[in-house]
Amino acid sequence: MLQTVHEPRSAEPPARFRETCLAACRFMLLARVLDDKLAALYRAGKIHGGVFLGRGQEALSVSVGLSLKKNDVFAPLIRDMAGRLAFGEPVIDAVRTYLGSVLGPMRGRDGNVHRGRPREGYLPMVSHLGAMISVVNGMLLARKLKTISGTVGAACIGDGATSTGAFHEALNQAAVEQLPLILVVANNQYAYSTPTSHQFACRDLVDKAAGYGVESQSVDGTDLAACLETVGNAVARARDGRGPQLVVASLLRLCGHGEHDDAGYVDSKLKASPVGRDCLKVAEEYLFRQKWMDAAQLAALRNKLVREVEEAVAQVQREPTPDPFAEEWRAIASKHLSETHQENGD
Amino acid sequence: MSVTYLEAIREAQARALRDDPRVFIYGQDVGAFGGAFKATKNLAKEFPGRVLDSPISEDAMVGLAVGAAIEGMRPVVEMQFADFSTVGFNQIVNQAATLFWRTNVPCPITVRLPFGGTSGSGPFHSQCIEAIYAHYPGLVVLTPATVEDAYSMLLEAVAIDDPVIFCEHKFLYYHLKAEKLPSEALPVGKARIAREGRDLTIVTYSAMVHEAIEAAAELATEGWEIEVVDLRSVKPLDTDTVMASAARTGRLLCVGEAWPWGGVTAEIIARVTSEGYGLLDAPPQRLNAKDTPVPYHPNLWTAHRPTARSVASAARNLLRQ
Repeated sequence: MLQTVHEPRSAEPPARFRETCLAACRFMLLARVLDDKLAALYRAGKIHGGVFLGRGQEALSVSVGLSLKKNDVFAPLIRDMAGRLAFGEPVIDAVRTYLGSVLGPMRGRDGNVHRGRPREGYLPMVSHLGAMISVVNGMLLARKLKTISGTVGAACIGDGATSTGAFHEALNQAAVEQLPLILVVANNQYAYSTPTSHQFACRDLVDKAAGYGVESQSVDGTDLAACLETVGNAVARARDGRGPQLVVASLLRLCGHGEHDDAGYVDSKLKASPVGRDCLKVAEEYLFRQKWMDAAQLAALRNKLVREVEEAVAQVQREPTPDPFAEEWRAIASKHLSETHQENGD
Repeated sequence: MSVTYLEAIREAQARALRDDPRVFIYGQDVGAFGGAFKATKNLAKEFPGRVLDSPISEDAMVGLAVGAAIEGMRPVVEMQFADFSTVGFNQIVNQAATLFWRTNVPCPITVRLPFGGTSGSGPFHSQCIEAIYAHYPGLVVLTPATVEDAYSMLLEAVAIDDPVIFCEHKFLYYHLKAEKLPSEALPVGKARIAREGRDLTIVTYSAMVHEAIEAAAELATEGWEIEVVDLRSVKPLDTDTVMASAARTGRLLCVGEAWPWGGVTAEIIARVTSEGYGLLDAPPQRLNAKDTPVPYHPNLWTAHRPTARSVASAARNLLRQ
């Protein structure tokens, strides 16, 4: 069972699938609205550091967040606003981290996409690509040692991270220990400005799975229904004890690497190709076609989500920012072992 | 009945596994084989399922330990040689060392680094890289010099709520012996006066403590009384004990087996001169390995690192000033 898994999509989606698609569309739209707001705040000079959007990757991302359950582990990357929200991150956590509120999970010590709540299985990424995968492995191995079963862990990366040693080491490690890891690769065609032709030479990233002895599946990352089904199946297989799963989605980043980047290097042919479709538009049209939602309902939903985001931003803008004089400046938990010696005889 | 430095490390791990169900050991060849140096001999048999062989993946080994720590475990990672920990460097300094600061979630992992030179080990199995880890906020860096400290400090390392880089010196593994394992110990963070003296202070740690004591014995025959301070941990660094000793003797020589540039010896001299300039009767000195990779051949190796002879010679020069 080491080949790419092909599971046909059912012609008539069951009623439950309708609910999932509606929930997914809501989180995708919320992520888009929130991302757009953060981009506006960035342009207005209200955000320190960068802003990194998930535009064009919401369908894949939300599928990961929705396929996971409360006690699962999730290590999102920079373009996973939709997945984070679907996994349960409140809007205000994202806003607080971007605006540096001390009330946020990172308390101004870290910002933007570097946020999480590790004890809740929601890992805050470091910037080094591929580095979170083995941390997910560790949480899953710990559960195995504690004989806790039934939970899985998902890590999200991009095409660029598949070139790192950390990716290789961690996927191999998960395979050796047969951990319930779902490694989701968003092949968004560019790692910052580097096209995939300079990132890998294999036919398709999904081919890498065979080398690690793990199951894998490809998916059209612009198609919400396909993403929900593919990622959902991968999560189910991991949960069933079939070991690590690799999912590779093809899509296009519909924004710069960060909001500082105009993405002028993106090939216009790619933008015009199927991989360049906006997954949110595709999802909305799918819901219309299924008659699960109409344009008026979508507009009403959008208005509601815009209000929700505006309210969160307004609230956080009134919250305290970090005070360097109140800061403890201690990097270790063991107070008695912290270095007391400071420069200038503090 | 005696116990070696290496056996003390094995015994400390056995006790940690016995006393705390959250402890497990992860590293290359640590399972049935018992580790490249046999520091985990028989532990896999004694504690089934808790001493796990890892693939040759230092990055993923440390990453896994961090994840397990988040889940409440107390992993001990064995690097086969300290030199190879550079492959896992990113996870140590960027993942483990930043977790508590960023999230308020402690990261109680212990990374064991068999380090330091032994004859014939060459450039990639001899390195002393404690200063690099000490440079990063968020890490505790321990450098035990005695059998007793190897045992008690490793036990304490596992209990500490932070990532601990445990530097165990390979040169001491087999030939350093104690009568028995200690029942009490100085806490981590306190330096130890390994030999009392009044004419000059040598501040050092790990295997160099023994070279310094040997040098002090040689200098005693010439009428000098040398005080030797064993730092025990390089981070935190017990500045108070160092300063008090320098104040007593007025002369400071720092000795380290690591390379000289920006290391532990430089840090001590910076602290003593900035805070205790008036305590010194002569400019503080240091003696380190030469600024080249560690050589293979014994003729070169013994000249590369400080030895009792070169320590005594450096001390003599300082005493004449």
